[in-house]
Amino acid sequence: MKELQAGLFVLLAVGATAVVLMRDPLRQALLVGIYGLLLALLFFVLQAPDVALSQIVVCTVAVPVMILLTLAKIRGHADDERKTPSGGDRE
Amino acid sequence: MNGRVRLGLFCVGAAGLAALLAWGLAGLPSFGAFNGAYALLIDRVVVAQRHTTDAVTAVNFDYRALDTLGEEFILFTSVVGLAVLLREQRSEHERPPEQTSEEHRFQGTSYVLRALTLLLVGPLVVLALYVDSHGALTPGGGFQGGIVGAAALLLVFLGGGYLTMRRLSPHSLVELAEASGAAGYGLIGLGGIVFAGVFFKNFLGFGTPGELLSAGTIPLSSMAVGLEVTGAFVLLWSEFLDQALIVRHQ
Repeated sequence: MKELQAGLFVLLAVGATAVVLMRDPLRQALLVGIYGLLLALLFFVLQAPDVALSQIVVCTVAVPVMILLTLAKIRGHADDERKTPSGGDRE
Repeated sequence: MNGRVRLGLFCVGAAGLAALLAWGLAGLPSFGAFNGAYALLIDRVVVAQRHTTDAVTAVNFDYRALDTLGEEFILFTSVVGLAVLLREQRSEHERPPEQTSEEHRFQGTSYVLRALTLLLVGPLVVLALYVDSHGALTPGGGFQGGIVGAAALLLVFLGGGYLTMRRLSPHSLVELAEASGAAGYGLIGLGGIVFAGVFFKNFLGFGTPGELLSAGTIPLSSMAVGLEVTGAFVLLWSEFLDQALIVRHQ
């Protein structure tokens, strides 16, 4: 059990660093999801299943979906502007 | 400010931070040391007092139910604020659905992936109801079950497209679910005043520990919070999806 905890702590440190160093927001959103899953595993190993359950759904489902949808919105916005190069925001 | 001065400033700051961090870490209790008298007390008396086998849920929905009321309204207000912020602006308009029906699903999702995703929706709804209703018995409860239920609707979007999800969960229905969940939890608190004289006092019979219908008002609170959380998260994602897929600048 001790080894499992230590291993998860190391993986979390690596994962958090990877999230910070990743420059592409799309990949960053996916990495945050994986990081959240690792954090949930750590909570579970530390015998806090209630917190682990919340952590899984919030950090691997709720937050990445919000980031991805925001990215999609920004991309759609950029596409619209490209279609009407003279127009800008409104006509 | 040239690079050398900047580097020097950084080194001084970093050294200070490192010293403070080392000092703080040296004073921490050892790993796993626990000093919470209240938690140990709850752990000892919870089954006898509240007939609840999950102490965390008993604290959330009974001993500290008032805190949960505050947290619930934090979620409620923040989602309402987000819905106001992401509403359709005057310079925006909704694209008619038939014109862009293909864009309402993820491009590149294969038939197999979509079938598998939709296959998972049913089990996820069952899991959500299970976690919601068994809050007093096993880890989980209203918040966890509620967000699992919301994830089931998100799978409908991933597998079936956004219009299917919107048909299953129209905004008015989702808002109603969120509001009635929040109101239901408040009413359980008021029920404490009416039937037992204290706000959020557990006023129902406790039953046999370990049975589904035990622990008094705790399962009811759990279901109410579950409904509110499902509504809140579906509303939140719907607002984001509206913005990403349907609302466009003119």
